[in-house]
Amino acid sequence: MPQTISQKILASHAGKKELTPGELIYANIDFCLGNDITAPPAIKEFEKHGATKVFDPEKIVLVPDHFTPEKDHKSAQQVAMMRQFAKKHNLKYFFEIGCMGVEHALLPEMGLVKPGMLIIGADSHTCTYGALGAFSTGVGSTDLAAAMATGEVWLKVPESMKFVFKGKLNKWVEGKDLILYTIGHIGVDGARYKSMEFTGPAISELSIEGRLTMANMAIEAGGKNGIFDPDEKTLAYLKNKITNINWSLEIENWKLLKSDADAVYSDIYEFDCKDIEPQVSFPHLPSNTKPISKVGNIKIDQSVIGSCTNGRIEDLRVAAKILKGKKAAHGVRLIVIPATQKIYLQAIKEGLADIFMEANAMFETPSCGPCLGGHMGILGEGERSIATTNRNFIGRMGHPKSEVYLSNVAIAAASAVLGRIGSPEEL
Amino acid sequence: MKGKAWKFKDNVDTDQIIPARYLNSSDPAELAQHVMEDADPAFVKKFAKGDIIVAGENFGCGSSREHAPIAIKAAGISAVIAKSFARIFYRNAINIGLPILEVKNKETIEEIHEGDEIEIDLSNGIIKDLTKQKEHHSHPFPEFMQGIFDAGGLMEHIKNRLKKS
Repeated sequence: MPQTISQKILASHAGKKELTPGELIYANIDFCLGNDITAPPAIKEFEKHGATKVFDPEKIVLVPDHFTPEKDHKSAQQVAMMRQFAKKHNLKYFFEIGCMGVEHALLPEMGLVKPGMLIIGADSHTCTYGALGAFSTGVGSTDLAAAMATGEVWLKVPESMKFVFKGKLNKWVEGKDLILYTIGHIGVDGARYKSMEFTGPAISELSIEGRLTMANMAIEAGGKNGIFDPDEKTLAYLKNKITNINWSLEIENWKLLKSDADAVYSDIYEFDCKDIEPQVSFPHLPSNTKPISKVGNIKIDQSVIGSCTNGRIEDLRVAAKILKGKKAAHGVRLIVIPATQKIYLQAIKEGLADIFMEANAMFETPSCGPCLGGHMGILGEGERSIATTNRNFIGRMGHPKSEVYLSNVAIAAASAVLGRIGSPEEL
Repeated sequence: MKGKAWKFKDNVDTDQIIPARYLNSSDPAELAQHVMEDADPAFVKKFAKGDIIVAGENFGCGSSREHAPIAIKAAGISAVIAKSFARIFYRNAINIGLPILEVKNKETIEEIHEGDEIEIDLSNGIIKDLTKQKEHHSHPFPEFMQGIFDAGGLMEHIKNRLKKS
């Protein structure tokens, strides 16, 4: 039967020729991933059940990023447990502060992700890597424990949904707006258990960074994964990052990585980008979207630019363009967090750090930080933040009675200056 | 299993089930003290061991934190019944052996009221509302997942392969 790109990748990792949606399989993984919240329970499970050896010390990635730099003694204990485990099992990929980053920005940046890979991570935003034509999905700590021991994961083969984006992007519209628009359209469970395939002329034009942002938020529609066919842009992105492979051979393989023309989809949506303005998700669900022109007068106490969704160097460049020569409005805390150490350094070299700090921003070391209400910018009762992060659930960034509004980078930067949610056009 | 029903709405995310401010620990007993805190801060004082969470669509959406089903299980909640579950929560619950039931008929959730006495026959997927004298049904797990659940969770299920690892 005709296969989608997701079915093809899963089949090749399950030793099968083809797969049918709904089928339950054990598949071999290329990488499994854990962070300082999810790895400790996985390590406990691993050890409790008598596993003594990891399946492959080069295929396990542990990134302490949520509560690092360690914010209190309990989080320090959790990272210590990861550090000891990494040392004991001689893991190749364990990242201390100083060389780390937010996991989903870090792995693509390091060239660890390739088209056609199967990656699982004990973090829901593991779906990010679909931007590069990999099948990647979030799982739990017990799944991570089992994967670290056996190199396998059990999966239900998902049905696929296709999202076709036509036309050209409007001014100030980024990948973030396309995905918020999509989630607003189908709801936070609109893609529950399903694969979200993004395609169309506007997607071909979209940068890899924009695609990473989109795939990152597939989970916010309930999706199992978000995925893009690898193309010339994918190759150009990877060429700088991966050196130790036979490129001509890989390219031949990657060319086959696309959905068959007659592949079956449970739903097909077509969106015209001319209808898509910058989007803002109102509390407390990512699906509560409004176009920026309909937002009204929403005052803010904080603006957060960063996270695995929007903390890459391209994002910081957009923010700097808007903030140059300006200051955050009186009473607004502007927080800029580069997603990785490399991005942090690059931002300093390009002079972006100067622009941010002259705008009275706090410019921080990489961390998930306030995105999940961890540290480095928590909201108090009744406070409100605009954020380029991925979730605006109740209490997500702090007090249960605080509010988070999600947007792209340009809107978050402009809002910091305006003191209310608004567009760069108003500056 | 038998207990009182506690009702929750659609889209209860894992941040509400166990807020991130408590995730600097993975100790089940500690997590249990804050279960459902941002959905209902008084819940932890109200429920009794064995009680049952009855929720709407997409229960457990958001973060992959297994701390969510762990907190529910460690608190002594005997099962979660919902119209639907978010997929990572669903697999986590199976992997750690927390009983979850997705109702066949979504009306079921409206018909069960908070405080109703509920009895669950897990192996047959039967939900008895003793207060209303009504019987409801849940979707059975596929055999594959039932196998994991029956073994007591994923790690027990793959025990033989772990020994070789």
